[in-house]
Amino acid sequence: MIPTEFEYKRAGSIDEAIQLLAASKGEGKFLAGGHSLIPLMKLRLSEPGVLIDIARIPGLGGVREKDGKLEIGATTTHHDVETSDLLKRLAPVVAEAASEIGDPQVRNRGTLGGSLAHSDPAADMPAVVVALGAEIHLKGPKGWRAVKAEDFFTDLFTVNMAEDEIIASVQFAPVRTAAYAKLHQKASHYAIVGVAAALQVSGGVCQSARVAVTGASTHAQRLTSVEAALAGKRLDEATIAAASAVAGNGLQNINSDIHASEAYRRAMVKVFTRRALTAAARR
Amino acid sequence: MTTPTRPILPKLIGERIKRREDPRLIQGRATYVDDIKLPGMLHLAFKRSDIAHGKIKRIDTTAAAAMEGVELVLTGAQVAEFLPPMPIGTPFPSPDHHAIAHDTVRYQGEPVAVVVARDRYLARDAADAIVVEYNPLPAVMDPEKAMQGQPTVIHPGFPNNLAVPFVPGGSGVDPVAGTVDNTAVDKAFAAAEVVISQRMLNHRLAPTAMEPRGVVAHWEPGKEQMTIWSSTQNPHILKTFIAALNGLGDNQVRAIAPEVGGGFGCKINIYGEDYVASALSKRLGCPLKWIEDRSEAFMTTTHGRDLLAYVDLAAKRDGTVLGIKYKLIADIGAYNMLLTAAIPTLTQGMLSGVYNFAAVRSELTEVFTNKMPTDAYRGAGRPEGIYFVERAMDMLARELKMDPAELRRKNFIQPNQFPFTTQAGNVYDSGEYERLLDLALKNANWAGLKAERDRARADGRIVGLGLAFYVEICGLGPSAALPTGGWEHAGVTIERSGRITATTGSSPHGQGNETTFAQMLADQFGVPFDDISILHGDTGVVKQGIGTFGSRSQAVGGTTLMLAGDKVKKKMAKFAAAMMGPGLEDVGATEEDLVFANGLISVEGSPGLAKPFAEVAGFAYVPVPLPAGMEPGLSDEAFWEPAGMTFPFGCHIAMVEIDRDTGELSLTKMVAVDDCGTVINPMIVDGQIHGGLAQGIGQAMIEEVVYDEDGQLITGSFMDYAIPRATDFPWFELDKTVTTSPLNPLGAKGVGEAGTIGSTPCIVNAAVDALSGFGVKHIDMMLRPEKLWKIINGGQA
Repeated sequence: MIPTEFEYKRAGSIDEAIQLLAASKGEGKFLAGGHSLIPLMKLRLSEPGVLIDIARIPGLGGVREKDGKLEIGATTTHHDVETSDLLKRLAPVVAEAASEIGDPQVRNRGTLGGSLAHSDPAADMPAVVVALGAEIHLKGPKGWRAVKAEDFFTDLFTVNMAEDEIIASVQFAPVRTAAYAKLHQKASHYAIVGVAAALQVSGGVCQSARVAVTGASTHAQRLTSVEAALAGKRLDEATIAAASAVAGNGLQNINSDIHASEAYRRAMVKVFTRRALTAAARR
Repeated sequence: MTTPTRPILPKLIGERIKRREDPRLIQGRATYVDDIKLPGMLHLAFKRSDIAHGKIKRIDTTAAAAMEGVELVLTGAQVAEFLPPMPIGTPFPSPDHHAIAHDTVRYQGEPVAVVVARDRYLARDAADAIVVEYNPLPAVMDPEKAMQGQPTVIHPGFPNNLAVPFVPGGSGVDPVAGTVDNTAVDKAFAAAEVVISQRMLNHRLAPTAMEPRGVVAHWEPGKEQMTIWSSTQNPHILKTFIAALNGLGDNQVRAIAPEVGGGFGCKINIYGEDYVASALSKRLGCPLKWIEDRSEAFMTTTHGRDLLAYVDLAAKRDGTVLGIKYKLIADIGAYNMLLTAAIPTLTQGMLSGVYNFAAVRSELTEVFTNKMPTDAYRGAGRPEGIYFVERAMDMLARELKMDPAELRRKNFIQPNQFPFTTQAGNVYDSGEYERLLDLALKNANWAGLKAERDRARADGRIVGLGLAFYVEICGLGPSAALPTGGWEHAGVTIERSGRITATTGSSPHGQGNETTFAQMLADQFGVPFDDISILHGDTGVVKQGIGTFGSRSQAVGGTTLMLAGDKVKKKMAKFAAAMMGPGLEDVGATEEDLVFANGLISVEGSPGLAKPFAEVAGFAYVPVPLPAGMEPGLSDEAFWEPAGMTFPFGCHIAMVEIDRDTGELSLTKMVAVDDCGTVINPMIVDGQIHGGLAQGIGQAMIEEVVYDEDGQLITGSFMDYAIPRATDFPWFELDKTVTTSPLNPLGAKGVGEAGTIGSTPCIVNAAVDALSGFGVKHIDMMLRPEKLWKIINGGQA
């Protein structure tokens, strides 16, 4: 890779990272796993003057339980998410979705925080955190703030995060009845369409559902019509079929490229909604 | 005198010896071009066209030239003042192809200027600072429209973009007289009870070698010598062309192919960057390096395939094929390169496959478009030809409701017909097709697979079975068939210690010659494998050579090495006989009776006469007394060319399942039986088949170069150009038959390209079988999920 010239700095703490970013006067970018940023630098589509390495900040990575919730630190690699016993036990959808990211090299370097901050329209984890109703914890010069995942992803490569903020962690309530289903783009192994579904089930009835899609449009977002079609219904094949049939109906700005046309993506949103719901219901 | 004792050395030919190349490759201890670092070395970067077609209006290099550390910036026009157009290997008229465009750009990525700078990063920064203005021209992207001159003409003097207007091939064609007699072909179609007609595209691919291209050129003004390191398949050819374009004698250039990380045909060419690096090194008097990045590799390393065919096949209802006709249109991209024009003519020679067709006709047109030029890519013309034949045969089987295996069996060339001159024009050396077909059907459990498929279909699943039978051309030679010469060169030296150093002109880039050639010599001289070293890839060490392409290493390179070894062995026997003295005559033996085995040179039945190999070697270098009529030393060489090419063959069988909801195709079973003649190392042969299958299946399923209508390369990175992963495949079930070639003493044929040739039609045949219930007769590759989904959901493919 032949990028433009940059300075490299390593932050020892979140606060130092924020200070270094401020000191870079708009020239700086955070570097964790580098699997979104470095490909852009390689193509010279991104030319940061300073890279601030946050990968080794103590405490910024790792999966833990905190006040009855699960917390994943921003610099946790996809591999560590994929292999976390805690997640496999309490929120298996997260580990499973991580296992479908890219390839082993990508999973060994790429981080959850990086994936969320970049908000690639086809990235897997944004859909998962939206479906989980996760909170994304940010820190900036003015202190801490938490943003709901569904409000975090706002447009193509655009998130609800100030230029001077850093993602610290993601928090969500444990949920077993959740699943992620994905149609792989065979070159990048990003999602042509990926659907994450998290269900609250009681006595065979779906009390409430959160369903999110990625790959289909500009950014990960909820499929509210699917959620509405599930709420209060007996969780059987007919309900799932009916809910999947309306999946993506209101979705705007559907992506179209050599891998999949708009029409095909629209159809796949329904297929993968059904698959995600079916898998979640089986748990 | 005591009898020397040595361990019994096993015979190594035919053994699964681990590749001796692999430890250094796996451990990162190999030296590639980018690992070459010379004192005072500067770096090149090229400014490249970001449009597909346009006139260069203005190039402003001021800012680039002013950057500190930038030594030189030259435009194409400035380079053309001292560098002539690049050599092109075609007998047809061809437009000039300059290393750097100076007037018009004709594909995205074509160089327009070059920068020399103190490091690679600065060179790239400077290239980015060059400003180029173009008057854009319409991009010519569709070869069939291009043939009508639409939307424009790319090269003046080549009306309707016809690079090669018309090459007839097959029955009744006399290439020397230039006449075409249609009698046989017309007769076949007049007698037809069934005709299959289909348009088929064998689409464009990117070779994607793991190591991109790279060059280091070092002109030493004091010595007036050029050394050029390049990631090439053929250093001797590189040397010849680099000398010619730089106005040097070929004895002033030394070309070195260090470790080469894959080629697949794309590193046969000598590219503009090689010429520019050498010419600028000569002008600046310092070493220069250029290393291709992956984006450049997708845009500017030759592509493969891109051949369109209109196929008509005439048959009787009993399955006897009477004749076959092809109209071929090759989309060769913007320029001719070394073998660009020749590759589709190789297709023409393969258009009868393994069948005894009574008549074959092909008409080939090669067309310029605003894309990267095509050239050799693993299989180079043969995969395209076999794809068309095997698709047409499959369509016939479906039309006649015949078992595809039995239809093929009915039309095979029979073993007693070899050597067999096909109506397509090739002379096949040997073959036993039915024996191999039977083995493949048995290994696959063909009848069982059919039952399994039918059961799956009854359950509503979309499952298909495919079979393809290929033959291909290997062992490229003799000189009549190759403009570079169709021979190979080898040298064998027995060192004073008894160790052996051998050289080969077959310059490998992953073939494992260091292992297989050492296996051969170990058996030939009866010495340990580890005592043998194989040198290659350096014209300063290997006196002569042609190179590695067309699956020629073993059949041509291996044979040549064996012949060089024979010469040395004869001389060594004379030294051994001299050492044995009158004892040899006493037992009624001569030097011709000497046996080389287990580190000894001996006479059968007279162990007391045996001499250690190393002792004889030592004597040859200090021969006291020198036997009468002999020169000291043990070193000799050989040139050899085969009388003709070899034709390995095989049968591939696949089962696929298509996801009804998504159209995703998965390969659930892959059986391959291949016959490449004598096998030196079955592990290496299996590896070649594995890699070949992966690339051939990759073409069918996931690999495709895509340009948009403006000539922008959409598949410009591995984010959009898919290559297969291990997880895309089931276990490959391999087997072999051995039908030796009469054309070389080893009986070897070649295997480097085999897997790529049979697997592609095999997968498409299976996919069409799977979708036959939806009224499908043919699907063009690649088998994108959406394409299959549309068929399943009632849309058009």
